[in-house]
Amino acid sequence: MEAVHEHGHDHHPSGLMRWVTTTNHKDIGTLYLWFSLIMFFFAGSLALGIRAELFQPGLQFLQPHTFNQLTTMHGLIMVFGAIMPAFVGFANWQVPLMIGAPDMALPRMNNWSFWLLPVAAILLIVSFFVPGGAAAGGWTMYPPLFIQGGISGDMTILAVHILGISSIMGSINIITTIMNMRAPGMTYMKMPLFVWTWFITAYLLVAVMPVLAGAVTMLLTDRHFDTHFFNAAGGGDPVMFQHIFWFFGHPEVYIMILPAFGIVSTIIPTFARKPLFGYASMVYATASIAILSFIVWAHHMYSVGMPTAAQLFFMYATMLIAVPTGVKVFNWLATMWQGAMTFETPMLFAVGFVALFTIGGFTGVVLAIVPVDIQLQDTYYVVAHFHYVLVSGSLFALFAGAYYWLPKWTGHMYNEAMGKWHFWLSVIGFNITFFPQHFLGLAGMPRRIPDYALQFADFNMISSVGGFIFGTTQLLFLIVVIKCIRGGASAGNKPWEGADTLEWTIPSPAPYHTFATPPVVK
Amino acid sequence: MSGNKDSYYLPSPSYWPIVGSLALLVMATGFILMLNKSGAGGMTLLAGVGILLFMMYGWFGDVIRESESGMYNKQVDKSFRLGMSWFILSEVAFFAAFFGALFYARILSVPWLGSGDTMAQLWPQFVAAWPGTAVDGQLVSGPGDMPKFTPMGAWGIPAINTLLLLTSGATLTWAHWGLIKNNRSQLVWGMIMTIALAIAFISLQAYEYYHAYHELGLTMGAGIYGATFFMLTGFHGFHVMLGTTMLAVILVRSMKGHFKPDAHFGFEGVAWYWHFVDVVWLGLFVFVYWI
Repeated sequence: MEAVHEHGHDHHPSGLMRWVTTTNHKDIGTLYLWFSLIMFFFAGSLALGIRAELFQPGLQFLQPHTFNQLTTMHGLIMVFGAIMPAFVGFANWQVPLMIGAPDMALPRMNNWSFWLLPVAAILLIVSFFVPGGAAAGGWTMYPPLFIQGGISGDMTILAVHILGISSIMGSINIITTIMNMRAPGMTYMKMPLFVWTWFITAYLLVAVMPVLAGAVTMLLTDRHFDTHFFNAAGGGDPVMFQHIFWFFGHPEVYIMILPAFGIVSTIIPTFARKPLFGYASMVYATASIAILSFIVWAHHMYSVGMPTAAQLFFMYATMLIAVPTGVKVFNWLATMWQGAMTFETPMLFAVGFVALFTIGGFTGVVLAIVPVDIQLQDTYYVVAHFHYVLVSGSLFALFAGAYYWLPKWTGHMYNEAMGKWHFWLSVIGFNITFFPQHFLGLAGMPRRIPDYALQFADFNMISSVGGFIFGTTQLLFLIVVIKCIRGGASAGNKPWEGADTLEWTIPSPAPYHTFATPPVVK
Repeated sequence: MSGNKDSYYLPSPSYWPIVGSLALLVMATGFILMLNKSGAGGMTLLAGVGILLFMMYGWFGDVIRESESGMYNKQVDKSFRLGMSWFILSEVAFFAAFFGALFYARILSVPWLGSGDTMAQLWPQFVAAWPGTAVDGQLVSGPGDMPKFTPMGAWGIPAINTLLLLTSGATLTWAHWGLIKNNRSQLVWGMIMTIALAIAFISLQAYEYYHAYHELGLTMGAGIYGATFFMLTGFHGFHVMLGTTMLAVILVRSMKGHFKPDAHFGFEGVAWYWHFVDVVWLGLFVFVYWI
């Protein structure tokens, strides 16, 4: 077996071409993670532009049209360029390691899934420099505004198509790997929860990314081929876009949070030194959330004027999601209960996730209530809500996972003191930024507007200060990662004594090829 | 891992994916330029398509060579099966978006345009109907200043096309039986018949489009009916062309002696895809043409 390896695929080009042509899940995972980190800093700097403008009332730095470009591209790039590829990066690295597979099931396609992302990123970033500037109709691309935009609208649509192709191929690969590559004895109900959550997430992606492709295709034909899908004059309906978009969009929200649940469910047992409480209920809760995500989409659009019966249905269906989500939160708490806990950086981020994501979950229930949402639609309350689930939810879980697995990936321990600084400054900066936005929204400040009434000035100033604390803190993470790659205390096979998944049975850094002979799982 | 059937085949590093990414970048650039009326757009798009075809030829060629030299064990075969199944599911979801648009328009949004106080204020003359409102013996879709058209009937070309596609599904299965019995001439003739039926379908649909544009006034611009009609039948037709190309590759491989009675996933994957295209057509025939 080993001899075969020497002559087989171990020969790979060196330098840049290694990364361009690689079919190795670890290389591809690394590419995904670096790509998403770069996009995170890019889209984050757009957010700092927004917060700089909103530091004071009146127009300070940006023209309104530029401001709209920043909000639109911040959303699009964070969702499709940073959060989603980061989770796919984790899946690439960890799924084969955690199920004892030699690689992903379809390694060449895996390479293509990644290398489509830079193409889409080029289209999106270059669109800032074309006549008319980048897309400015919001990341949701609602017609008729989006249809009226310039050439950047077409660039954004095609970028979304390419991102969709990438996501679908990546998900097919993950599903196939999990169904077909598990080590002997690794039954479905023995799979680590990170694998389970990605398994379910990948189904969501396969089901809804094509729907987004269909929606933006209709935008494109409305722009250029004279169709009237979203134009009432021809019998179409602009609200129809919102329905199709959010049929994609709500599962998309869970695409960005379910793998985060998986990471947190892996880390909390490790540092509580107890098995995960309620493993089976975690699996069923994840599946329930995924299924429910298909029947709640219209809660994003209560105020467009839909029949009361539909509003009631979507309200109750949405509130129902609080049940499986609550199961998860209580399982995490029960896992920690009476555990021998220590608070290394991954655990800090995981515990921070549980506390802050739950706030985002609660504001989600508030927004599910139709009469309340009619008041809060398109206010900063919504902005605060989804940043609590996407930043202190998805992003914190990504940081937790990065600190947790960096020793396995690099062979070195990260700098614990710097990691803790990163956590505390992030938590504080994040809450200073987004907690006041709840109050702004309740008081009626609309989102996506570069100027605001004077009574909103204080909270906006606080929020902007927090934004810059949070933003600059992230440079600390970059430093920690680079330092960890370049050196540090040796990690050993298993730096976390409470960890029990398969990746900790192999050396650190993980060899280029692992589990060529599958381990037997008892 | 040359031919070691005990272990899962892991391909060597490959240049094909980056060639594919380059192709999509060039295609996207060309298409964007074309849409925005730049002279170089069409040529750039064609160049991108050329690169994509080159990539597919090379990449699929690699896969075929690996397959024929026996590098794929049962587990790899299962990966391909799973991958193709979930790919077809994603295609179903893609068509579902357009069917969803059709149902939403027919059942909800078009009737809404003709009812309620607001609509009565905005468009007092408008009477909502599907596929359109009768005006001077023809139809108009939507309350705005829209062109007149005649909708496409179900029982002419579309019914013939339904028969053609259903028959092609049967001939494809007959070819598959030939492959399983190791009757190569039945395999090859079955494939030839299938491709002939596919080409007949595409030709008739091309004629139908010509007829729609030049005699019926039915265009993409003919309101929501024309938009959903051409989006659904157009993407279906595109998938038929793709499927026909795939069938042609399988025919050539069959003539070259590829595939064994017990190992021929390349054939089966294409057959699955063809049946999927067939099923989508039945949905189109019922919901777009017929009722």
